[in-house]
Amino acid sequence: MESFIQQVINGLQLGLMYALIALGYTMVYGTIGLINFAHGDVFMIGAFVGYLGYSSWGLPWPVAIIVSMAVCAALGVVIERIAYRPLRYAPKIAALISAIGVSFFLEYGSSLKFIFGPDYRVVQRPFRSITWNLGGVSITNIQVVIMAVVIIFLLFLLFLVFKTKIGAAMRTVSFDHDAARLMGVDVDKTISFTFAIGSALAAVGGVLYAIAYPQIYPFMGIMPGLKAFTAAVLGGIGQIPGAVLGSLIMGQVETMTAAYISSQLRDAIAFAILILVLLIRPSGILGRSQQEKI
Amino acid sequence: MRFNRWVAIFVLVIFSAAILLSGCGQKPAATTTGENVIKVGVIAPLSGDVKTFGESVKNGVDLAVSELKDGKVGNFKIEVIPGDDRNDPKEATNLATKLITEDKVSAIIGAVTSKCSIPVSQLAQQYKVVMISPTSTAEKVTLDENGKRKDYVFRVCFIDPFQGTVAAKFALNDLQAKTAAVLYDQGNDYTVGLSEVFKKDFEAGGGKIVASESYTNQDTDFSAILSKIAPKNPDVLYLPDYYQKVSLIAKQARDKGIKAVFLGGDGWDSPSIDQAAMNGGYFTNHYSVEDPRPQVQDWVKKYQAKYGKRPDSFATLGYEAAQVLFKAIETTNSGDPTKLRDAIQNMSIEAVTAKISFDKNGNPVKPLAIIQYKDNKQVFVKKMTP
Repeated sequence: MESFIQQVINGLQLGLMYALIALGYTMVYGTIGLINFAHGDVFMIGAFVGYLGYSSWGLPWPVAIIVSMAVCAALGVVIERIAYRPLRYAPKIAALISAIGVSFFLEYGSSLKFIFGPDYRVVQRPFRSITWNLGGVSITNIQVVIMAVVIIFLLFLLFLVFKTKIGAAMRTVSFDHDAARLMGVDVDKTISFTFAIGSALAAVGGVLYAIAYPQIYPFMGIMPGLKAFTAAVLGGIGQIPGAVLGSLIMGQVETMTAAYISSQLRDAIAFAILILVLLIRPSGILGRSQQEKI
Repeated sequence: MRFNRWVAIFVLVIFSAAILLSGCGQKPAATTTGENVIKVGVIAPLSGDVKTFGESVKNGVDLAVSELKDGKVGNFKIEVIPGDDRNDPKEATNLATKLITEDKVSAIIGAVTSKCSIPVSQLAQQYKVVMISPTSTAEKVTLDENGKRKDYVFRVCFIDPFQGTVAAKFALNDLQAKTAAVLYDQGNDYTVGLSEVFKKDFEAGGGKIVASESYTNQDTDFSAILSKIAPKNPDVLYLPDYYQKVSLIAKQARDKGIKAVFLGGDGWDSPSIDQAAMNGGYFTNHYSVEDPRPQVQDWVKKYQAKYGKRPDSFATLGYEAAQVLFKAIETTNSGDPTKLRDAIQNMSIEAVTAKISFDKNGNPVKPLAIIQYKDNKQVFVKKMTP
């Protein structure tokens, strides 16, 4: 029983990590209907900037997270401005291909020697790890920090989207660009803002990921990015609570597969879920099925 | 719209300039016609996840070449053509094909990791080019699928079963371990080979394997499998993977409250390993810089003078591989791969780490060293034979 609870906690940690990335996918999809494949790489840049922040530049780690968020928010806005906005009224596939291009650009660009370099780096944690043993279940302070940070950002995001003016603008844009414009919403600015928020969350995810799994390299964003994307689809892409729910399910599925079936199958099962969801319920768990317009 | 186009062009120009610049590091091979030249290819991972392995091997070979008189062995000028396989078997295959068919090398020193050396060895055998792998420990490097010897292929390091056997013996006798857990990468011949032999020998010696778990190369989260191992409280955790993966696993294992002594193989030998996480762990290695053997001490001094750091085993084995090859060229006074092959097979050479000769499978006969990571440095424990 203890071991089962232990695995649930392991899964929770992984799921919350995915949630931070999945939120970015889902918000961007919700507003402009684009799957931002470069999102996992923004996550990677976030991890690098955060790590360099507290290790090389001597910032306290919470400040390093904020710096990393700012850098990634700016990066997200620039990516949108250069690679997606010119294609906004082009066929969807053009923007998708552009997204894949941006993804490769960030991966191979940061592999260059004078940027981050291609090597794997060991991350020194900014604080000592402490393990508490509660009746046979071990919890680390890192897990506690991760959970606290994720919950804070999630609440902040829900507040932002549902209680503020800019949140209302985001929701309006997600319904219909033209109608939003007629209502006096600055669509371009709102979309930029969405990218900034999504990328900043990815940065938080990146820094926490590097602290939990202490190693960084330019291709580290691919797998977590794909998993988080799957989670977003599972929960219902475009739905903020759906992204979190999907991520938590993904975290548990992966951990339970590794714990009780086989580590070999964890990725296979994770992506089999993606295919099944797309076949059976393409709108995801919390997604509304779209009504056909006549 | 016009603004966008200029931004896009600007980005493209910057990016292509970056690509061009990064490509400039490779100088075209000097053409030395009119002289007797023997070309030697070096295949090593000079970037990527195990780049310190490749850099060290290349340093070792370079040092051996720099010691030659006028860059010559006998009447032959030695021309080294290095290549980066990024620890990717596909890349290694492409490189080997290029070296053999375009550059017409007589011998290849490489590849470094077993998964790259296996496809390279097939090409070397097929085109009848001598290959000496400095550090690939998988049995299949010199043997084909049916266990038949690839007779152009040699190595100067021990093989996996040897490391696994010695690690098991060390765990049982020196660490007094009763129980052990094993973690390995299912997709990597090196870690599979080591873990299998370790498990077999540890149980044969009276120990008990309480857990054996595998993962994939993509994994970064090991919490699920480590949580399974933790309650079984093994005395030893055998982690026969490369330094970057092991660093990640070791840290998470301690997070999960696993107190076992870590034990590993030569993949741990890297300055980039997380030494704090590995503290107290032992690994089997090709040699130790603290070995009092005069050849070793002499070598350490030479290497330190040239590169300003202590040679790891990859550098040492790279040097030894070059030593073996140059001796073969010297004795035969020829660049003919078939003659070189016969010379190496019958050679007995006083190399750095030991006096080595080759058995019928192209493997050297020599002892290995046990090293411990202690307070952020490597400590020589002892030399062992199985």
